[in-house]
Amino acid sequence: MNGVAGKQPTGGATALGRFMENLQAVPRRFAETMFRTGKPQSDRTRSTFVFGNVFLHLHPVRIHRWSLRWSTTWGLGIAAVSCFFVLVVTGVLLMFYYKPYPDVAYLSIKDIHFVVPTGRFIRNIHRWSGNLMVVVVLLHMARVFYTAAYRSPREFNWVMGMGLLVTTLGLSFTGYLLPWDQLAYWAITIGANIAQSPREVTDALGITEWFDVGGLQKLILLGSEEVGEEALIRFYLFHVMILPLILIALMTVHFWRIRKDGGLARPADADSRLGPPAAGVYPVFTEAPQKTYSLAAIVKGRTPAVGSGPEQTVPSMPHLMFGEAAVFMLTIVLSVVFAILIDAPLKEVANPAVPENPAKAPWYFLGLQELVSHSAFMGGIGIPMIVLIGLGLIPYLDREIAGTGVWFGGPGGRPLVVRSTVFGLAAVLAVEAFVIRFGWIRQWWPGVPQMVITLLNPGTVLTVFYAAYSVWSLKKYDSTRAGALALFTCFICGFVVLTVIGTYFRGPNWDFYWWPSQWPGH
Amino acid sequence: MTVEARKIEAARSRLEPEAMARRDFLGLTAWWSAAVALLFGFLGAMRLPKAAVLPSPSRKFKVALPPSLAAGQAYVPTGRSVALYKEGSQVYAISTICTHLGCVVKATDSGFDCPCHGSKFGRDGSVLKGPAPKGLPWREVKHLGGDNFLVDEGKTVATGTTVSV
Ligand code: HEM
Ligand code: FES
Repeated sequence: MNGVAGKQPTGGATALGRFMENLQAVPRRFAETMFRTGKPQSDRTRSTFVFGNVFLHLHPVRIHRWSLRWSTTWGLGIAAVSCFFVLVVTGVLLMFYYKPYPDVAYLSIKDIHFVVPTGRFIRNIHRWSGNLMVVVVLLHMARVFYTAAYRSPREFNWVMGMGLLVTTLGLSFTGYLLPWDQLAYWAITIGANIAQSPREVTDALGITEWFDVGGLQKLILLGSEEVGEEALIRFYLFHVMILPLILIALMTVHFWRIRKDGGLARPADADSRLGPPAAGVYPVFTEAPQKTYSLAAIVKGRTPAVGSGPEQTVPSMPHLMFGEAAVFMLTIVLSVVFAILIDAPLKEVANPAVPENPAKAPWYFLGLQELVSHSAFMGGIGIPMIVLIGLGLIPYLDREIAGTGVWFGGPGGRPLVVRSTVFGLAAVLAVEAFVIRFGWIRQWWPGVPQMVITLLNPGTVLTVFYAAYSVWSLKKYDSTRAGALALFTCFICGFVVLTVIGTYFRGPNWDFYWWPSQWPGH
Repeated sequence: MTVEARKIEAARSRLEPEAMARRDFLGLTAWWSAAVALLFGFLGAMRLPKAAVLPSPSRKFKVALPPSLAAGQAYVPTGRSVALYKEGSQVYAISTICTHLGCVVKATDSGFDCPCHGSKFGRDGSVLKGPAPKGLPWREVKHLGGDNFLVDEGKTVATGTTVSV
């Protein structure tokens, strides 16, 4: 133990003297024993600082300079973890007072908001940090996509990421019901009926009697036919227990795989792009590493240490740790500032007899709600499934090499992304403008069979436009990556525009309004 | 066994290996039985969240129509999701739960409007506009004498079914 053993007691010939000396030394000794391997001052102790610590050793000991550039990740993954951390802490605090029973739940949230010391602040942080997490996870997915960081050997980690995205959305959805106000009640009623919407298809085929997936899904979700006490306790269970556990399990695999897949993706010529390390950056190894798993062939090929020198790597302590701390602080600052400026909404207590008008889900579901306002099944289940499956398949279909680790890398590159943005925006705006101006099939021929509308509605039309454009781009550039770039960009445009329309331009009866001030009073 | 014989034996066992080594067989049996047990355990556990008795309140209720109810005017008993109409001597009930995603529709002069995604229904509950996949179902009504009726929200009857007073 370098330096930890410390001095042997010298003075105090008497036992009491030695005791006093030991007592004085307690704080210093305690600090020394906490860090088993001494202060992280040399290259070696910096390494042992990381892998000798149970919480830190998920990190690599040394990290490539490319991974540390802000433009590689924008810190978005760490920001997502930070949000989760903030949510766990504030969520546990809210659980001190929250009672998951209809009407009582509403009163307990009211208490938290108006009576409990710091209650409103904690509730606000929980609410805004949850919103922030959704934004950050979506942005993180976009950055991984646009830097083509999902390619071999990272395909599976992309799929884990999809699981994380779905779990994150599930957490916000289940949390939305808990305040038991009008907003919550009607958003969840709609959500539960979306779960039931396969009936739209089974009814049209006349097989609901024998094969009622929709009904079963709703029944399992709500434990009843309508949103009531059973539903509330279920949503609570999912929100505070099942989904967080799933999220933690998935995150563990996600992080583990980043390490095992050889750190973050970077272009093959990363070293020459970076140039020599700046002065003051800690130099290459000066001492032999203590552990050489990769050299002992315990881990597979492409770890940072195999086949390339450590020249472009720097010790994670302090470089990575300080970066992570910075992102963590930024996340907290954002959540706290929002919490101070804007109060989390709380409407009147849930009233099953009078729907909120308009009844809106949390904003990130309003794009879906816009689709759902054309066809419940296609908007709520069909198209989301197509999108999820499409996203999940990306790394298995794009097996090209060019452009990995570079923003908008791959054939087509930045110009293709710009063109796809223009097409994506134009298509969604055109379809929406058409529907808002002229309506849709049911208004022209009220007797049309439901199956026709389920298959041919604004959502499916838009999906076909996007798919066709993507195939066209794939052919034009003779590259799967180009097709993926086009499709993903269109998807983002569609998501953003539909969300904005659902949030700002839909009023009572889901009618279109330019400004909320034009809404008829109700 | 001579050295020679042992060599031949080894070569043959390589050519015609035992179908499966005993240890492998036992090991695989253990694996598969564990997997099947887990699967059925999971399915069994999943039976629990699917409630057998639903906590929903009774869907049958008695109602007295106000004598002043005008023809074609909707009467929605509080806490119920059904609109009652009286036309001449005929009484009928139409569900007020939107067939799209379950919001409560509002009876208007032209029929019913849904506040959630703008579905519009005619006076007989048929879909006129919007995402609702089918019309509002009619509910069973029984005449109990006088202005009293028994309505069953859980029972659908053919559109156009009325009871005479
Ligand atoms: C709760 C949600 C998530 C958390 C906490 C999380 C966390 C992280 C972190 C900390 C990293 C390290 C690099 C970085 O910060 O960008 C990372 C990388 C990665 N993430 Fe996520 N992530 C989440 C969701 C997702 C999603 C939705 C996807 C995609 C569908 C995804 C796919 C990936 C991939 C493929 C990498 C490796 C990127 C590379 O090698 O450059 N993650 N994630
Ligand atoms: S619930 Fe009535 S239109 Fe959607």
